[in-house]
Amino acid sequence: MESVNSPIASELRKTALNAVHRRLGAKMVNFGGWDMPVEYPSTGGLVAEHKAVRSSVGVFDVSHMGDIRVRTGRTPGGALTAVQHLSMNDASKLAIGQAHYSALLYPTGTFVDDVIVHRLGDDDFLLVINAGTREKDIRWVRENVKGFDCVVEDLSDAYTQLAIQGPRAIDVMRKLTDANLDGVKNYWFTHGSVCGLKDILIARTGYTGEDGFEIYVPSDKATSEEVWTRVMDAGREFGLIPCGLGARNTLRLEAKMALYGHEISDTINVWEAGLDRYCKMDKGEFIGREALERAKAAGLKRTLVGLEMIDRGIARDEYCCCSEADGAIGVITSGSPSPTLGKNIALAYVPPSMSVVGTPIYVEIRGQKYKAQVVPTPFYKRPKMATATQVVKTA
Amino acid sequence: MAYPAKYRYTKQHEWVDVSGDVATIGITDYAQHELGDVVFAELPKVGAKVEAGKPFGTVESVKAVSEIYSPVAGEVTEVNGELQNTPEKINSDPHGSAWLIRVRLANPAEVKGLMDAAAYEAFIAEADKSKEASA
Repeated sequence: MESVNSPIASELRKTALNAVHRRLGAKMVNFGGWDMPVEYPSTGGLVAEHKAVRSSVGVFDVSHMGDIRVRTGRTPGGALTAVQHLSMNDASKLAIGQAHYSALLYPTGTFVDDVIVHRLGDDDFLLVINAGTREKDIRWVRENVKGFDCVVEDLSDAYTQLAIQGPRAIDVMRKLTDANLDGVKNYWFTHGSVCGLKDILIARTGYTGEDGFEIYVPSDKATSEEVWTRVMDAGREFGLIPCGLGARNTLRLEAKMALYGHEISDTINVWEAGLDRYCKMDKGEFIGREALERAKAAGLKRTLVGLEMIDRGIARDEYCCCSEADGAIGVITSGSPSPTLGKNIALAYVPPSMSVVGTPIYVEIRGQKYKAQVVPTPFYKRPKMATATQVVKTA
Repeated sequence: MAYPAKYRYTKQHEWVDVSGDVATIGITDYAQHELGDVVFAELPKVGAKVEAGKPFGTVESVKAVSEIYSPVAGEVTEVNGELQNTPEKINSDPHGSAWLIRVRLANPAEVKGLMDAAAYEAFIAEADKSKEASA
C-alpha cells in the first residue's frame, strides 16, 4: 500500500488543542494548512465517531475555523449595511441572538466562501468562516467594506471553537453551562458561563446534520485544554468520544452540507450549488447579485445532485461522471461510503437534464464505468423526535 | 500486533508468506491502521499475472483509496473471496485470515530482496519518528 497522507510539513498551523489530539493518538492530517486530527483510532476511529454523533454525542476541535466581527463605526447602521453588501442572505431579518447560513460572493456570483452570520447586536455581526480561506476572506471583507462605516476585526486566533454534536449534545451542555438552553433553538445562540468561564458564545449550530452546539472559548492553551477535559468528563456518561475531520466530512456529506473547494468554489455559482434559499435576491444590492440575475436568465448548465452507487464501487472526489453511451458529463465533488446508510454516496455536478431522481449516471473508477443513480437529498435527515426539552415541557 | 517472523515485507506495507512456490500476500497491520476502517477490497481474478512492484488491486477505507503493490511476480492462483462481504477483516486480522491473494512465483529468489520482520519493524518505527519530528 502507498501511504495516502504525505508527511506533515513543520510549518503547519496548530490549534491550542494540538497536544491533546496527539496525546490521544489521533491520526493527524494537513487540512487547509492546519495540522488537524482526522480520526482517533484509540476510541474507535472514523466510523465509531460518525455513529457516536448520529446516536449520542461527539466533540470536534474546530478552532481552525476563522471568525470576523463586523461592528458599528462612528454611526449606527454601518455594520448591517456592510454585511448586507458582503453576504447573500438577508441579515436584516436576523434577530439579535440569531444566526443563519450565507455566503460571500465574487461579482461573478461564485463563492469567496460560505459563512455563518451571527447577529450579536443591532449593528454587530460575527461571521464564522472556513479555515482554508481565512486570509482570503479577511482581505475580501476588509477591501469590500471600505465605503462603509464599520469596524472589521479578525478574531480567528482569539477563540478555541468546540463543536459538541449529536442528540445528547444538549445533555452534555446542560452539565457545563448555567445558560438556559431551552430558549436556544436551532441556529440561535446565547452567551453564558461555560466551565466557569463568563460570557461564552454558545450557538446551536454545527456541520453534522444533528442537533448540537458550538462554543467559543478563549484560545490560550490552558483554558482550551481545561474546557476540552471538562467536556470529555461531562460527556462520558453519554458515550461522548472525540471526533476528527474524517467523521465531520461523512456526517456533513450525508446531510448534504457544502464543503468549500468541493460543492462550492470560485467557479461555481449559487444556483448551480442549489443554495437558492439562502440567497435573497429581493433584499437589495449585494456583491454577486447582478451576475446571479444574468445567470438565472441564461439558465443552468449544471446542477448539484446526490448519487447512490448501484455497482460495487466507491465514487470519490473529482472522479468523472459519464452517461451510459458518452464520455464525461460531470464530476463528483464529494464521495464516500455512508456509515449511516451503509451505501456508497456522492454529490456530483451534472447537466440539469440528468438531474431527475432515478436517472442512471456512470462513475469512472480506475478506468471502468460503475453504475450509480440520482437519489433525493439530503441522504440523511435527522428524525423529528421530541427532544428532551420538548418532553420535559409537555410532561 | 506482532509481525510474523516467517513473512517478508515491502516498503509499501505488504507482506508475503512463501510456501514452496506459492506466495500468500496481504497488507500489514501498519497499513490497515494507516487506512482506517476498510470497506472495500478490489482484487484480481485467478489466472491474472502480477508483477513485482506493480499494483494488483486496491483497498478502500471510508476516507481513502490505497493501491496494493505486489511484492513478487507470478500468477494468481487464489483470491480471498471472503473479503467481498467482510472487508473489515483486513482491520482485525491483517496478517492472517485477511490475506488478499495467492500467487505462483515466477522467480522464487525474488523474495530474498524483501525485508524480514526485524527490518520492517525498524522501517515503520523510523516512519513514525519522522512523522512526529515534522509535526
